[in-house]
Amino acid sequence: MIEIDGLTKSYGRRIVVDGVSLTIPRGGLTGIIGPNGAGKSTLLGLASRLLAADRGTVTVDGLDVARASGELLARRLSVLKQENRVAARLTVRDLVAFGRYPHSRGRLSSSEWAHVEKALAFLDLQPISGSFLDELSGGQRQRAYVAMVLSQDTDYMLFDEPLSSLDIRHAVSMMHLLRNASRSFGKAVVVVLHDINIAANFADRIIGMKDGRVAFHGDTADVMTGAFLSSIYDIPIRVHRLEGQYVTTYALPGGPEGGAGEDPVLVAGD
Amino acid sequence: MTRPRTVLLVLACTVVAVAVIFMTLDVRGNWDYVLALRARKLLAICVVATAIAVSTVVFQTIAGNRILTPSIMGFDALYALLQTVFVFVLGTARLSSVDPRLLFAVEAGAMLLFSVLLYRWLFLGARQNLHLLLLVGVVFGLFFRGLMVLLQRVIDPNEFVVLQDRLFASFNGVAPDLLLVATLVTGGVCLLVWRMRDRLDVLLLGRDQAINLGLDYRRMVSLILILVSLQVSVATALVGPLNGFEPISFFGLLVANVTYLLIPGFRHGQVLTGAVLVGILLLLGGQLVLEQVFGLGSAVGIVTEFVGGTMFIIMLLRGMAR
Repeated sequence: MIEIDGLTKSYGRRIVVDGVSLTIPRGGLTGIIGPNGAGKSTLLGLASRLLAADRGTVTVDGLDVARASGELLARRLSVLKQENRVAARLTVRDLVAFGRYPHSRGRLSSSEWAHVEKALAFLDLQPISGSFLDELSGGQRQRAYVAMVLSQDTDYMLFDEPLSSLDIRHAVSMMHLLRNASRSFGKAVVVVLHDINIAANFADRIIGMKDGRVAFHGDTADVMTGAFLSSIYDIPIRVHRLEGQYVTTYALPGGPEGGAGEDPVLVAGD
Repeated sequence: MTRPRTVLLVLACTVVAVAVIFMTLDVRGNWDYVLALRARKLLAICVVATAIAVSTVVFQTIAGNRILTPSIMGFDALYALLQTVFVFVLGTARLSSVDPRLLFAVEAGAMLLFSVLLYRWLFLGARQNLHLLLLVGVVFGLFFRGLMVLLQRVIDPNEFVVLQDRLFASFNGVAPDLLLVATLVTGGVCLLVWRMRDRLDVLLLGRDQAINLGLDYRRMVSLILILVSLQVSVATALVGPLNGFEPISFFGLLVANVTYLLIPGFRHGQVLTGAVLVGILLLLGGQLVLEQVFGLGSAVGIVTEFVGGTMFIIMLLRGMAR
């Protein structure tokens, strides 16, 4: 269980995460949604010890992430940020093998390599496992990083917008994979998502954030309502069920045809 | 045998061959005396080359960049400034009566303190930005140099001549007991770095992934910065900066990047070994050419700086084109 208590972080005078308290249980996929600047990525960074909090604590299975040894945490919790840059030329397989570092300390046994191969296969990376990262497309590189996190094989996996450079096919298969990992192996997967439809259809729980605070938090079926979504995005959003899937629609300025209506509403700020 | 291993083997053989030539070429008179003298010079070259090679490679790993070197971040300029301040404050007469071991300790200690403070702030401060880092480094280098030039203007001309001599790297007049200290320090640092080689591989993935994979990033980077500072301080305090008055030296850059070309891949075990061999080869070869061709009429730094500086410009241009 990830327990977050009174977490606060500010940059200068701007408070980015403002007294957030949450409990994220094991098993199931948790989506974090919210407008730009709501503090989603910062919250993820704080929860994964990449950032230091000003106030408040995060514990993972009782381990305080700010105090516990990095080595111990690396076997329980993994995180993938949006931007990743490597200072040397690595092949996809090299990168994925790094995921085993917390378990092997750099000396991979054959059972460790089995984990690596499994992660490569999960993400369809075997055909390009010998290619260098800098020769790949953004989406392929993204999948290689996700494979690395999978090979790390931790109980808690945090992803910051893992779909950002994936096409719809790979995005859907990535979400399937993350949801399967969370359900069949009892992992806790926490994903910051931009696309509300994807969040609604794949997440078991949704955390909605606005202005550094948690606006709502609960089972997808309970919180996936027009009122909740409209309240964080500040535009009218409606939620429908179509062939069993969630579909959200939003008000178009000037009606569906776009024609001569009122001026588009510009949201202040951002 | 894999490619890196073959390359390392070839490099090692070449280093041994050049070392043998260096020791035996043109020996006249008393063999014992000449060999002892040359062995000391050879050891000094190996220590300095090793220190610069290892410190540059690990510095570039934590910087996540192959253009930055401790020297480009103002290290050599700091040494030159310290030397000038010593001469300015004490005067050459009193300076020469100070125990060289004490002077060595003070030089190395002062550089260590300065650089650890500066680099810790740069690497572990709130905002990390490569361009800012490079800019701050170059500005500090110029600042140190400016201060040094100012002091040199007001100094006694006779003192200035002595100072000038101290500021160029020379392998000829290395004191045996200082050489011993420098060898031990460099050897010790190399041992520590060698034991960290797997963690250094992980650091290549960047700060976030290093933390994710369980490294204590702050501690590790602080430790590496101390080791880098220790190594560069000791090497510079032993023979003087390779480039004399200029604010930066390109020798480390040259060594590291030649190594990356010869030994592709990310394994620090191989890259560090390769860098040490390349460093010794370049410095020893440079010294040999200097002694045989130019008859000691020039400083070894001039040869390596020319090649290294050209490489720096090429790398910058290629980086911009990309």
